[in-house]
Amino acid sequence: MNRRWLLAAPLAAAGLAGAGFWRMLSGMSSGNFDPRGVPSMLIDKPLPDFALPGFTAADVRAAGHPVVINFFASWCAPCIDEAPTLVALSRAGVALWGIAYKDKPAATDAFLARHGNPFTRLARDEPGVVAIDWGVTGVPETYLVDPKGIVRWRFSGPLPIEAAQALAGRLRA
Amino acid sequence: MIAELGHFALALAVAFAVAQAVLPLWGAWRGEARLMQAAPALALGQMIALAVSFGCLVLVSVNDDFSVLNIAENSHTLKPLLYKITGAWGSHEGSILFWCLILALCGGAVALFGNPLPASLRARVIGILGATACGFDLFCLIESNPFARLWPPPANGRDMNPLLQDPGLAFHPPILYAGYVGFAIPFAFAIAALLEGRIDAAWGRWVRPWTLGAWCCLTGGIALGSWWSYYVLGWGGFWFWDPVENASLLPWLTGTALLHSAIVVEKREALKTWTVLLAIGTFALSLSGTFLVRSGILNSVHSFANDPARGVFILGLLAVIIGGSLLIFAIRAPTLGGSGLFAPISREGALVLNNILLCSIAAVVMTGTIYPLFADLLLDQKISVGPPFFQATVLPLATPVFLAMSLGPTLSWKRAALFPAMLRLWWAALVALAVGVFASFGMAALPAFAMAAAAWMIFGALAEIVERIRLFRLPIGSSFARLVALPLSTFGTTLGHAGLGVTIAGIAGMSMSTERVVLMHPGDTVDVAGYDFRLVELHDAKGSNYNARVATIAISRNGVPLVTLAPERRAFTTQVMTTTEAKINTNFFRDLYVVLGEERDGAAVMRLHDNPLAPWIWFGALIMAAGGACSLADRRLRIAAPTRAASPKNTAPKNTVQA
Repeated sequence: MNRRWLLAAPLAAAGLAGAGFWRMLSGMSSGNFDPRGVPSMLIDKPLPDFALPGFTAADVRAAGHPVVINFFASWCAPCIDEAPTLVALSRAGVALWGIAYKDKPAATDAFLARHGNPFTRLARDEPGVVAIDWGVTGVPETYLVDPKGIVRWRFSGPLPIEAAQALAGRLRA
Repeated sequence: MIAELGHFALALAVAFAVAQAVLPLWGAWRGEARLMQAAPALALGQMIALAVSFGCLVLVSVNDDFSVLNIAENSHTLKPLLYKITGAWGSHEGSILFWCLILALCGGAVALFGNPLPASLRARVIGILGATACGFDLFCLIESNPFARLWPPPANGRDMNPLLQDPGLAFHPPILYAGYVGFAIPFAFAIAALLEGRIDAAWGRWVRPWTLGAWCCLTGGIALGSWWSYYVLGWGGFWFWDPVENASLLPWLTGTALLHSAIVVEKREALKTWTVLLAIGTFALSLSGTFLVRSGILNSVHSFANDPARGVFILGLLAVIIGGSLLIFAIRAPTLGGSGLFAPISREGALVLNNILLCSIAAVVMTGTIYPLFADLLLDQKISVGPPFFQATVLPLATPVFLAMSLGPTLSWKRAALFPAMLRLWWAALVALAVGVFASFGMAALPAFAMAAAAWMIFGALAEIVERIRLFRLPIGSSFARLVALPLSTFGTTLGHAGLGVTIAGIAGMSMSTERVVLMHPGDTVDVAGYDFRLVELHDAKGSNYNARVATIAISRNGVPLVTLAPERRAFTTQVMTTTEAKINTNFFRDLYVVLGEERDGAAVMRLHDNPLAPWIWFGALIMAAGGACSLADRRLRIAAPTRAASPKNTAPKNTVQA
């Protein structure tokens, strides 16, 4: 009997490894697992203080509902890829606030006019200083801030549709 | 049109693979001779269909048909013809098709050369290969179709990654894949044996040549890949413990263990269950390597077009193949029956030690490779595991392998005495000691020890031959007669073991390399390890699809001019990428290695290396592969004579099946 268990051990080990890899893959497409990414230091921390033309940290805290903050720029090609996903997300009733990163206001407006404006509020971070406080590694980058002003989740790079759906589901729940 | 033909041939191959998986296995189960006989024809059919399909892909690539997505993304009209051909297996889609082709070639090889096998075993082996091929052919057809069209076609393609436009890398995938996929045959034999419920010496003898062939290719493939990273990436290193490199090392380690444990099955009918598990495990590691590289889970310099969706398909495929085979193993292995007995100190004992150590090394390397992923997943920690971990863990496990390697072949089967065996190796030990002492004057302790171990392996391997021909104890003429009469497999063992020694010596030498990074103006001279490197001039040059900046470096020693090297920095126009072309001068005992870096104000950053014994690393691997080939050419394996080990002097090999 012992020998039988021993012979089944490789199967069990392979099964565990396979389950782990499956979770990694599904995490990669939903944005919960990123083997290459640098973890954000902001997770489960209060959002950094900032005051930009458009909105301030106090506005985010005072919103009374979770806010999804998206750093983007008109000069960023992946942001164009991401635009339809964000529009769909805002249609699903998610409060999306945008921060235009190192971008001329006219260029930002043209970008939003062309690819659709999913943002309920828009701030402009032309010098890119606020992005440094947030630890933004590149555009686009998306953060979820809860009503208490705590950063709960971050996604670096264009949001895949699965990740957007997971996010919408999480906010509805 | 050609693309559609290729696509059709691929679909046809899937159909063949399904038939190849179902009919022979059904026939073997029900004892239907006619169904079993269909197996070779189906395997050949699949092989031909895939060959046609791959031929079409090459043709489309050579014709610059940019209406095919795969070609538009990876080729360019200005790309040299060689890379248009080899580019067919350079892209993700093409490499999967190529992978399938090699798997089909394995099936074809069993179909063509498997006549001596018992009908049911052959049918099962081919059926298992067909079932495996089924999944991968389907993956190629559904998830990564290399013939997908693009409309409207672009005027020109996006060109291939310039790092891959290199003759060494162009022929790297075929050899490496042949190694990876070649282990499908021992795998199929293992599953077939489990289904048959019987493993005997004959089984071990049939499995060995296929394992050897795959092992030779994998050895060559790994060596070629390491050589490529040495002279193309221009970092001056040869092995970075990169996840992709580890993924190729893992099946090599377990494959080497399999090679040795199959000997025990063949000669002594022992270690049967373990050998079957190794055969399954080796192929599973080959598959997982492919999967990990392509899913984007692993961080690596060798990045493919990563895609989690494709990863899910491959993971499902792996779950079926690996999970299924391990399930069969768990259910059927207890029926395989007992094994021959042997004392701990014996040839079998030495081979068991080899297996334990090699598998421990594999386990350590695997842990280091996937631990960061699982730490991230389960513990939410970002860690990275680098060379210090691997050096600290692999070395203590490798050292006993090195020490025991020379001793093992001198032990006799069943029961042996350790002391007389050691006495026979006294002169090899003496040489090793002398080398170690001599090396310790110029080297640190660890490399000096490695040099001694290398000498021990090389001369210990030779000692086996010396012992068998009784050199200096018999007249030289009869020694020579014995040498000629020795079976080729003896030379195979010697070459294989000595080759590893040469590689270890190369690695030890390489650890003593000197490197200088300097800013040089034309006319400047820099001294590296006693060599004078003089930057003569810098100029521009033009290649077929790149612009180059070339430095001329004259190297001299004590005023005697040695050689002039011209390292380049190439700017590829289509892919907007810069590559460095390191230039190497070698005299077999040391490499002088120069890389041209950035330039400023008429001065250039030059990286100058002196790498002692570096060529030995790859030369040793070549010797190892040659040893495998030598063993493969051995008459007993070639004929696959189904005789028991008890009567090795078989004079009339008949293609009969042992009951």
